[in-house]
Amino acid sequence: MKDNVKLMKGNEAIAHAAIRYGCDGYFGYPITPQSEVLETLEALMPWETTGMTVLQAESELASINMVYGGAATGKAVMTSSSSPGVSLMQEGISYMAASELPALIVNVMRGGPGLGTIHPSQSDYFQATKGGGHGDYHLIVLAPSTVQEMADFVGLGFDLAFKYRTPAMILADGVVGQMMEKVVLPEQRPRRTNEEIRRQCPWAANGKQGRGKRNIVTSLELDSAVMEKNNERFQRTYREIEANEVRYEELYTEDADYLIVAFGSIARICAKAIEDARAEGIKVGLIRPITLWPFPYAAIEKAAKHVKGILCVEINAGQMIEDVRLAVHDSVPVRHYGRMGGIVPNPTEILDALRREIIEPSAK
Amino acid sequence: MKDEIIIAGFGGQGVLSMGKILAYAALENDLEVTWMPSYGPEQRGGTANVTVILSDRTISSPILDAYDTAVILNQQSLDKFESKVKPGGVLIYDPYGIHHAPTRTDITVVPVDAMEATIEMGQPKSYNMILLGALLAKRPDVPVEAVVRGLKKALPERHHNLIPVNEAAIRRGIELASKE
Repeated sequence: MKDNVKLMKGNEAIAHAAIRYGCDGYFGYPITPQSEVLETLEALMPWETTGMTVLQAESELASINMVYGGAATGKAVMTSSSSPGVSLMQEGISYMAASELPALIVNVMRGGPGLGTIHPSQSDYFQATKGGGHGDYHLIVLAPSTVQEMADFVGLGFDLAFKYRTPAMILADGVVGQMMEKVVLPEQRPRRTNEEIRRQCPWAANGKQGRGKRNIVTSLELDSAVMEKNNERFQRTYREIEANEVRYEELYTEDADYLIVAFGSIARICAKAIEDARAEGIKVGLIRPITLWPFPYAAIEKAAKHVKGILCVEINAGQMIEDVRLAVHDSVPVRHYGRMGGIVPNPTEILDALRREIIEPSAK
Repeated sequence: MKDEIIIAGFGGQGVLSMGKILAYAALENDLEVTWMPSYGPEQRGGTANVTVILSDRTISSPILDAYDTAVILNQQSLDKFESKVKPGGVLIYDPYGIHHAPTRTDITVVPVDAMEATIEMGQPKSYNMILLGALLAKRPDVPVEAVVRGLKKALPERHHNLIPVNEAAIRRGIELASKE
């Protein structure tokens, strides 16, 4: 066994990866199925090694506003929660988007609406990708399907957030949060020094720093003409992100007659259904969007040219399917299969749905 | 090599730990592994199960609806999972507390009197390790030595004094299942 290969839960991997990235602060409040993020950080006590702050706040509202404050000073800060907790954070997330602040928010989704269930779901796709708070904004949304990606996307999320000065979100679910598998953790990086922050974040509200004038971080702008200019700048950033940062994975698409589009943990369950289908001679391919925003419209449009139909499999009532339909412009039938309330579809159900909805729809 | 395993019983019987020790043993043996628990309000008295997949290739789905191997510790789990063992698969169960024994004839059914053995050994807490031993007898996916190394990783250090007791229970389980 290689020494650097560890066995751990996705939630634990997030915590380890945050410390190793050189994260400056984590602020959170416990909620199933992601409480291991905070628990692991508390157990690892990074304040004694890297100097990272770990704080259990009094609520999700407090957590996100601590993140807002930390981000405003140019520090690499993050929070994590699960669906109902992330709903509580939306105001702060909108303010951070408007203040052009980098931060990392992790949502390990559970079934809603409301307090719902503690079991896995993907029903926050709309909230994450369409702007869960008010105003015209987007988050960069990364959807991990393995424990390795849980670890890797912490660094990627922070890097993208700082590159584009916008909050990034890891949109995971109870399956990938709770499951254990092998992971290779990133190398330990030092936290950035104040000097490095001064250089990399000239906008940060960290004192005058010889600038003569202090920086002010705010989302408020009462002059509409200026606020429109601000919005135009945000939109330019979003177009740049759309042009540069689309990520997805393709599996068996070269010869596929049918296509499944799925993200996160359910994409792996679909991969198993596809293995079973291929054993029967049914050629099915998979596109797994890794960035849910920006969405891989072009890749799906291209793949759709060669297939007879697309099944969009989600652990929800049908949310990403709207983006898949936008991608293919009604050129092929697009159908949804999903379960709700914390039930995760199994491979047989998915293969049955593919047969029923896409391969033999006339037999319905 | 691929073994898709479900371990199921009451919360508190050590179902999740059994899976975790097996998962660490797989890690020790350079296999790919996924460990997916039923998580949530499971506690002593409720039901708990864990899906463990061991493979020499990349594992796609961590969630399954058919298994090569089932280790069953109570009636509710037997009712739920007997039909989900693949034809030709293995079902290991402890007859203690089972009112309706498995009826399938297209799978290998292995009764293991683990509760009886654990009482006999005076080590009720290593009950799950007897069943893990039975699993290793029927599915030698990982060597016992790797499991013992896995125990060291899965158990907090303050419990390392219990490793010999657990190893003895594993060996007793192997013995019991080898008779079947």
